[in-house]
Amino acid sequence: MGKVLLEVRELTTRYITRFGESVYAVDHVSLKVEEGKSLGIAGESGCGKSTLALSLMGYYFAPLHYMSGEIIVDGHNISGMNPDDVRKAILGKEIAYIPQAAMNALNPTQKIIHFVEDVIRAHDPSADKKAIYERACKLFETVGLPPQVLEKYPVELSGGMKQRTVIAVSVLLSPKVLIADEPSSALDVTSQKMVIKMIRQLLHDGLVGSLIFITHELPLLYNVTDDIMVMYAGQIVEKGAAREAVFDPLHPYSKGLMGSIIVPEEGLREVKLTAIPGVPPNLKNPPSGCRFAERCKYVQPECIVNAVGLRSTEGGRVYRCIFSEKELREAYRNG
Amino acid sequence: MAERKVCLSGSGLTKIYGFGRTRTVAVDHVDFNFYEGEVISIVGESGSGKTTLAKMLLGLTSTTEGEIYFQGQRRDISTQRKKLEYWKNIQAIFQDPFSSYNIFNKIDAVLLDCINMRGGHGFPRAKKVEMMTEACSFVNLKFEELTNKYPFELSGGQMQRLMIARIFLLMPKILIADEPTSMIDACSRATILDMLMGLRDEIGMTIIFITHDIGLAYYVSDSVYIMEKGKFVEYGTADEVILNPKEPYTKRLINDVPKIYEEWDLSTV
Repeated sequence: MGKVLLEVRELTTRYITRFGESVYAVDHVSLKVEEGKSLGIAGESGCGKSTLALSLMGYYFAPLHYMSGEIIVDGHNISGMNPDDVRKAILGKEIAYIPQAAMNALNPTQKIIHFVEDVIRAHDPSADKKAIYERACKLFETVGLPPQVLEKYPVELSGGMKQRTVIAVSVLLSPKVLIADEPSSALDVTSQKMVIKMIRQLLHDGLVGSLIFITHELPLLYNVTDDIMVMYAGQIVEKGAAREAVFDPLHPYSKGLMGSIIVPEEGLREVKLTAIPGVPPNLKNPPSGCRFAERCKYVQPECIVNAVGLRSTEGGRVYRCIFSEKELREAYRNG
Repeated sequence: MAERKVCLSGSGLTKIYGFGRTRTVAVDHVDFNFYEGEVISIVGESGSGKTTLAKMLLGLTSTTEGEIYFQGQRRDISTQRKKLEYWKNIQAIFQDPFSSYNIFNKIDAVLLDCINMRGGHGFPRAKKVEMMTEACSFVNLKFEELTNKYPFELSGGQMQRLMIARIFLLMPKILIADEPTSMIDACSRATILDMLMGLRDEIGMTIIFITHDIGLAYYVSDSVYIMEKGKFVEYGTADEVILNPKEPYTKRLINDVPKIYEEWDLSTV
């Protein structure tokens, strides 16, 4: 078992709207990422994936507020830290974050090298220009970007190239955890592949300690990460190895998600895509029972009344359902 | 298959943007025959000319060269009146549902427009409401909840579904769907695709899908056209093209999509 780089225990965060209502976007989430490992987070739009990413970094700016729980990055507890301190001490060095439209982060009036200098100087004011240039060149070469990019303006680069540049810059300080929030959803399939290849290589070469990858594209997640965590309405509903989560989902919601996979492989046309009926609950006043109960095919009267806790299986998988593993499998076999 | 009627066809269709140094051939002498009731996918990378082709088919942009034939007749959209007549037969769903609606119009105005366009001006109010309710229930929306709402109050998936409800009322012969699912998440995507297919069976229209996701093209379409740099490099039935690709470009596109049953080869980029 490798060193645990990021550990989150029962993290709860909420948004406070301007009418004073609380929206519990991340509700008692616990996770662990080991060195050299990657964790994928899947779920519908609005299930709290991106909020979880922001919460993990300790990046609490209104309307997002920290409620309870612990975030431990490589032995240091950062929960409850002032977001400005977090930005100076943690972001970049310990945790790096790639947002969805990362390419928009580039300043159109400055060359890429200026951006690189800014990043390094913010953490090490004494660094000299030449050393920075050499360091950046070396990194760009290892990740397969031509070093000439450093001398270019953002407008001269394509979308995929910009995205890869931002990723390369974000890992300049060898962060222990890299959080990638849909890094490829704005790109076409070819650029997406390049980005994925690069992220995998970063992890392989040890330039980043571990990876958290957020997306709703399950085939992508399956190809990138070791473990998959499925979120629904702010809660974890299933967590396990990627292969198990895709081919043998336990929770009825994960089962539904896996039913919507589209891949260009033989046999796809015969499979009928299954969509999950209904919409996710409003998190302003979440249901008291299981949050998925309304849309679940196998709903029982007690699901609606009592909150459902996480259960673990013998194989180390975690899921949130009142049924046992055996009962669920039985139910799936009978349709 | 029984004798198939050609619904939309083009010969030597070309679009050139700019001139001199900035001259760009976006669509380069393409020929095609789209048959009635068929689902066609046009697949290609960004910048391969898919959307330009769609715009020409819709009559939203002029053609530089070549002709478009609609049901065997040469398409004539020289005047606004003829254009409106043409648009009764061909409709589109675009990528970004958020910018497809007039933000000042309420939802029922969107649907009322469609009824009026199909000659429903004189219908009594009750009949119009009934038609709108039917269209909404086809796409699993509740009309009573939508009236008096503005488009921005809906989610992306709901907006895209409302778009399909519009098509349900308009009953065009041809629907052009330009990346209809690329902005919504994987879960609602299945719903949207199923609804489009249901609509095809319901009113028997031709659907032209424009996408860069070859998996999606494979799932929905009868025939697939692969577009590279403004030309169709390969076309045929979905099984032919996607399971036995011949062109290296097609092979590359297929290779670029993540897979789950086979190994995803990352070395080829």
